[in-house]
Amino acid sequence: MTSRSRAGLVLAVIAGASFCIGPFGLQAITSLTHDSDLSHPGLPGALTLDHYKSAVHEQPFAHIVRNSLVVASAVTLASLAIAAPAAFAIAKLRVRGKSVLLGATLAISMFPPIATVSPLYLALRRVGLLDTLPGLTIPYTTFALPLALWILTGFFQDIPSELYLAARVDGCSMFSAFRKVLLPLAMPGIATAAILTFIFAYNEFLYALTFLSSPDKRTIPVAISLFAGEHTEPWGEIAAASTLATLPLVIVAIIFQRKIVSALTAGSVKG
Amino acid sequence: MVAGIDLTIAHGEFVTFVGPSGSGKSTLMNIIAGLEEPTEGFVWIDDTNVTSESPKDRGVALVFQSYALYPHMSVRKNLAFPLEVARLGAREIRARVIETADRLGIGALLERKPKELSGGQRQRVALGRALVRRPRLCLLDEPLSNLDAALRTKMRGELKKLHEDLDATFIYVTHDQAEAMTLSDRVVVLNAGVIEQIAPPREIYSHPKNLFVAKFLGSPQINVAAPETLGLMNGAFGPVLAAIRPENICILQSPTNPRAPEGRVYVIEPMGGETWVTVDVGAARIVARAPADFTARSGSRVWLDIDESHVLWFDAKTSNRLDST
Repeated sequence: MTSRSRAGLVLAVIAGASFCIGPFGLQAITSLTHDSDLSHPGLPGALTLDHYKSAVHEQPFAHIVRNSLVVASAVTLASLAIAAPAAFAIAKLRVRGKSVLLGATLAISMFPPIATVSPLYLALRRVGLLDTLPGLTIPYTTFALPLALWILTGFFQDIPSELYLAARVDGCSMFSAFRKVLLPLAMPGIATAAILTFIFAYNEFLYALTFLSSPDKRTIPVAISLFAGEHTEPWGEIAAASTLATLPLVIVAIIFQRKIVSALTAGSVKG
Repeated sequence: MVAGIDLTIAHGEFVTFVGPSGSGKSTLMNIIAGLEEPTEGFVWIDDTNVTSESPKDRGVALVFQSYALYPHMSVRKNLAFPLEVARLGAREIRARVIETADRLGIGALLERKPKELSGGQRQRVALGRALVRRPRLCLLDEPLSNLDAALRTKMRGELKKLHEDLDATFIYVTHDQAEAMTLSDRVVVLNAGVIEQIAPPREIYSHPKNLFVAKFLGSPQINVAAPETLGLMNGAFGPVLAAIRPENICILQSPTNPRAPEGRVYVIEPMGGETWVTVDVGAARIVARAPADFTARSGSRVWLDIDESHVLWFDAKTSNRLDST
């Protein structure tokens, strides 16, 4: 590589990285800036943790973060528990109409969420799940399932069929072959699907805003959006809360990323 | 697709399925293992009808062509896997894994992962995973075809020895006729899902039922030509073809036998221990096995001394072998 093209590459990497990290950086800086400094551009003169203090104390913030984590984890677990066996069956077993099934799930995921808000609201009220966290978990799971199913089907299809057949001949039932041989090998796919599902559920705003009314049930996106009062825009607090809310996602991504890498290097059939 | 398969295999036998790709060898094997269910017919193992039983209840082991080692498990775990699934005790599992690994010479590799093994070592692990269960029937689906030539020959010999030492029935699928000849008690020749012939290898070689079987076994391939081309008398009624194995033809540099047909050398292939000579005789191209020191220029005149007692006669229409002469 010539030094010129190398310099170009470095520049491109810096530009790409700043584009991605820039908003977070700006948010972090805002969260540490005094309100009086926020009106004029440039870096703040002095840093403060006041916004974090008020964000955490004036709202039931820990409670809200817990709500979000509970909902996102439950959605992730439920989606994977349903999608992984389903994807295995579609990829490795003789299932009639698998392409129809996959097409139908894709069609469902194309459905605009806004169109389902009213009917879902009525349905949830009917079964008494309105303003409860399970009332959020169930519709989230239905929307996360198609994505998880598609990702996992691809991963299961990439695992050689001989491994499944070998497990069957070695004495496994259909399900134990899935659990003992195919599932461990599909871990990179499971991790990928888990990250995406978790992020989707953690960030969802529309349903959370519509289906939850009590302040102590709110999830992070709703709570942060309601920081703003009628006449005030507390940017510093919003930035502080957003920064704190991003941390769990970063941690989840790091945990699963390590899983992805270690699973990818575990070796293959012929190598 | 396979049809009309009627085959009984005795305990302790080594039976080989051979045939070109698409002949139904693997389908037949999958049906025996229980991985595919036949639309018609039955599979019996040891006086039990297992046709509708799942693979795990059949006590059958299968070695895959791709080895199908579990990549996330060490060699030890791979070998122990079928025993753990069968819920054997930990001490029993340990003992059997070590016994099997030592028998196959992979005792030092137990803690490695499959990707850290060479092709030959993986092959042994795959074999070990099948044998560790002490199966009543062991199916081997082209187990040597992913190895290089030298290793294949070595493993072929070891496999034969292994079968002699173990009291197990082996069913072996291959398209390599050398493996079929050297290993088997009986060979089953399949073509387009139908059994062409079942017989011990020597008989298949010397008394093939039809031209397909005759051509499939033997290297170089059997020579087939009109009898007049080879200077042979047609003793049968109707059109026939004569077939002669390359080792039953002697190349003469001068016409010492007045009935030997004349031809021109097409190409000479020294194989080391012997030399293969291809000769154009009339419209036919005939291969003969000559001694290692045979030399001749391409295009030079030679005569073919054919051992008539070894000529096989086939009906030109049905391609079945004619029993007389």
